[in-house]
Amino acid sequence: MAVAIIILLVAVASVLFHLFSPWWWTPIASNWRYIDDTITMTFWITGAVFFAVVAFMAYCVFRFHHKEGRRADYEPENKRLESWLTIGTAVGVGAMLAPGLLVWHQFVTVPADATEVEVMGQQWRWSYRLPGKDGRLGTSDARNVSSDNPMGLNPKDSNGQDDVIIESDDLHLPVGKPVKVLLRSIDVLHDFYVPEFRAKMDMVPGSVTYFWFTPTRTGTFEVLCAELCGVAHAQMRSKVIVQEEKDYHAWLGQQQTFAELLDQRRLAKASYTIGSE
Amino acid sequence: MVDVHSDVLIGMPPAEVGEVDLYHPRSWWTKYVFSQDAKIIAVQYSVTAMAIGMVALVLSWLMRLQLGFPGVFSFIDANQYLQFITMHGMIMVIYLLTALFLGGFGNYLIPLMVGARDMVFPYANMLSYWIYLLAVLVLVATFFVPGGPTGAGWTLYPPQSVLSGTPGQEAGIVLMLLSLILFIIGFTMGGLNYVVTVLQARTRGMTLMRMPLTVWGIFTATVMALLAFPALFVAAVMMLFDRLLGTSFFMPSLVEMGQQMKYGGGSPLLFQHLFWFFGHPEVYIVALPAFGIVSDLISTHARKNIFGYRMMVWAIVGIGALSFVVWAHHMYVSGMNPKFGFFFATTTLIIAVPTAIKVYNWVLTLWRGDIHLTTPMLFALAFIITFVNGGLTGLFLGNVVVDVPLSDTMFVVAHFHMVMGVAPIMVVFGAIYHWYPKVTGRMLDETLGRIHFWVTFLGAYAVFFPMHYLGLLGMPRRYHDIGETAFIPASAHDLNAFMSVAALVVGAAQLVFVFNLIWSLSRGKEAGGNPWGATTLEWQTPETPPAHGNWGKELPVVYRWAYDYSVPGAIRDFIPQNEPPNRFEPQGAHS
Repeated sequence: MAVAIIILLVAVASVLFHLFSPWWWTPIASNWRYIDDTITMTFWITGAVFFAVVAFMAYCVFRFHHKEGRRADYEPENKRLESWLTIGTAVGVGAMLAPGLLVWHQFVTVPADATEVEVMGQQWRWSYRLPGKDGRLGTSDARNVSSDNPMGLNPKDSNGQDDVIIESDDLHLPVGKPVKVLLRSIDVLHDFYVPEFRAKMDMVPGSVTYFWFTPTRTGTFEVLCAELCGVAHAQMRSKVIVQEEKDYHAWLGQQQTFAELLDQRRLAKASYTIGSE
Repeated sequence: MVDVHSDVLIGMPPAEVGEVDLYHPRSWWTKYVFSQDAKIIAVQYSVTAMAIGMVALVLSWLMRLQLGFPGVFSFIDANQYLQFITMHGMIMVIYLLTALFLGGFGNYLIPLMVGARDMVFPYANMLSYWIYLLAVLVLVATFFVPGGPTGAGWTLYPPQSVLSGTPGQEAGIVLMLLSLILFIIGFTMGGLNYVVTVLQARTRGMTLMRMPLTVWGIFTATVMALLAFPALFVAAVMMLFDRLLGTSFFMPSLVEMGQQMKYGGGSPLLFQHLFWFFGHPEVYIVALPAFGIVSDLISTHARKNIFGYRMMVWAIVGIGALSFVVWAHHMYVSGMNPKFGFFFATTTLIIAVPTAIKVYNWVLTLWRGDIHLTTPMLFALAFIITFVNGGLTGLFLGNVVVDVPLSDTMFVVAHFHMVMGVAPIMVVFGAIYHWYPKVTGRMLDETLGRIHFWVTFLGAYAVFFPMHYLGLLGMPRRYHDIGETAFIPASAHDLNAFMSVAALVVGAAQLVFVFNLIWSLSRGKEAGGNPWGATTLEWQTPETPPAHGNWGKELPVVYRWAYDYSVPGAIRDFIPQNEPPNRFEPQGAHS
């Protein structure tokens, strides 16, 4: 009796915890509301199954626990019941999988008008690169990384000369414009993770990965690293600031291009060499 | 002279394989230390696994202290935290659960349950244990080498696992990989034994479809392990080469702390595919023996046949096969071609169907049963609750698009602890309470057992159920300290503290269990041969604990399936598998 009640209480308490939990997802700031909807639906289906199974167990324990003279039924199989349960389960699973795959199709289909933005991870900081006036990012390679060229851009690639480089500063994005985030690492695995955007993807040294999203509200959002990258993994932070288009362009105008940065460093180095002679 | 015995033997094929001479120990050393008796090897495996499991338990305490009260314990820093999570995970998954279910329960139960005298290759079986012990010792040694154990996470993802930004880069990772290689060599020797014993050494009448589900679970898991571990083996060898010889199997060109490294051309994703080609079946290598054992616990203690036995067997085999085509669901956000997501999400969710069938059949076995709420039964019930919970959250993570926000958060940690930590460990405990009387001849204390059960079950649930919601909130895993983060409210820290206290209490309750194991060895109630009134062969041995060779002069002959409980018309509420049918038995009873 006590055991049956405790089992039932576990089920009831789990449902109540879910309903009243103050710990819930962050307010969404991207177009991926469908992901949240799929999670909500999955919670309903799985929650119902969990409660039904545990409550059924509690009932069995309450009703059929051992008493003097009780004898169990002998029922090796029941084909009908087993088939129905199998079909019911398959339908429930399909009901979760189908919308999931539809949303995944959207997730992997990048809209043609998405602007490319590059995020580069290294132990333990983030750098960003935006295409310049030509709208294209130049090529890059970890082999090109040096103190003059910390993002490893190809100095001979003309597409890269006007790329805007943002080192150890925040990334700004215009609200309402789809973005294709190109992800790259020059040392170990990292993962560009902004909980409010819902989307995330690992960054793998040696290749460029991506995801896309559209920021849907302005604000400042914290960037975390979601793939273990060594001892300072938890401190690898940055911010994304989503702004109105006008403010974004004002900010963009103040940033330096790759060519400017390269000149500046050469100049600094030259004057340092002259000064020390 | 016609007796009942020879009468019923008509129509039963003769044994396919003649009896082989057993190895007989000649000294104390060959009897108890370098033993070739599967029962002794089983105890050696179990004791070693539980001992290293205690290390993992202490590590989990230290982790929870740090997570619940960050900054309070100055002796835990980021380096050590990563080392704790890595070693905790590795020990629990491989050195405890795999070793205990296959090396421990497999060795003890397979020969006894199928009516064999021993494993078919006793010498290889002995070697298997000693190589396992060596693997454990190498693992433990990493705590004492310069730089300490590796802190790369139990997944050991390169490049970070072999680079200097990760603790244990000097010696820890090298010894870790060596230890895994040893483990796999040792396991292969044991695993071949379990498979061949099940296939070749079953006694007369023990058809495959009469085997207890425990044997089906361990057998299928072993076949899977023999196919899956080689992937880990080659991954470990290649990574060892990358670390020691400077090869680039998994290493692309990269820059470490401003320095160009000599690596180039390797693929970090290749390692992940190899790791999870092993790693996903590994989940079921732990789960299938648990499925099998829990079926037998429920059936025995509810005094009712397992519902839908044939379906249960096919579900075990089906899950085993499917588990080889779902591995990349661990890699939805790894950067592999995202189109793989369609395939792997579909296969992953299909696995839910046979798994759900198993759950239905367990609870339907309770229906109209005669449920004895013994300690093993309580643990079996707790298994169903925690397994259903953890299995259902698997439907979140398996459904590719839902996984995207939840991956690498505490939701994942909560999910896999519930489904392959808490649930299988519930079965481990249930199984120990159930079979301890056969192994030692004495019962474990019921009162201590109940205290152990309630604290462990409710406490573990209180740790891992709320943890899902921290993940939903967005709290990432493998953070030693979340620090100041805009979207994490203060209440999340309180929840973390609560979970830590619960975890400490659960850990402490395991001392009650260890005390019970030791105390009952000499003071426990005498068990007799078959204290639970069970049908399977291991309870029908002439002696308890079973002697060398298990069966005395004659091997048992099997006449029926393993689940003849509460057969209508029978006098007792169970009929052992080796009891010949009598003419009064109703025709059409299950065979």
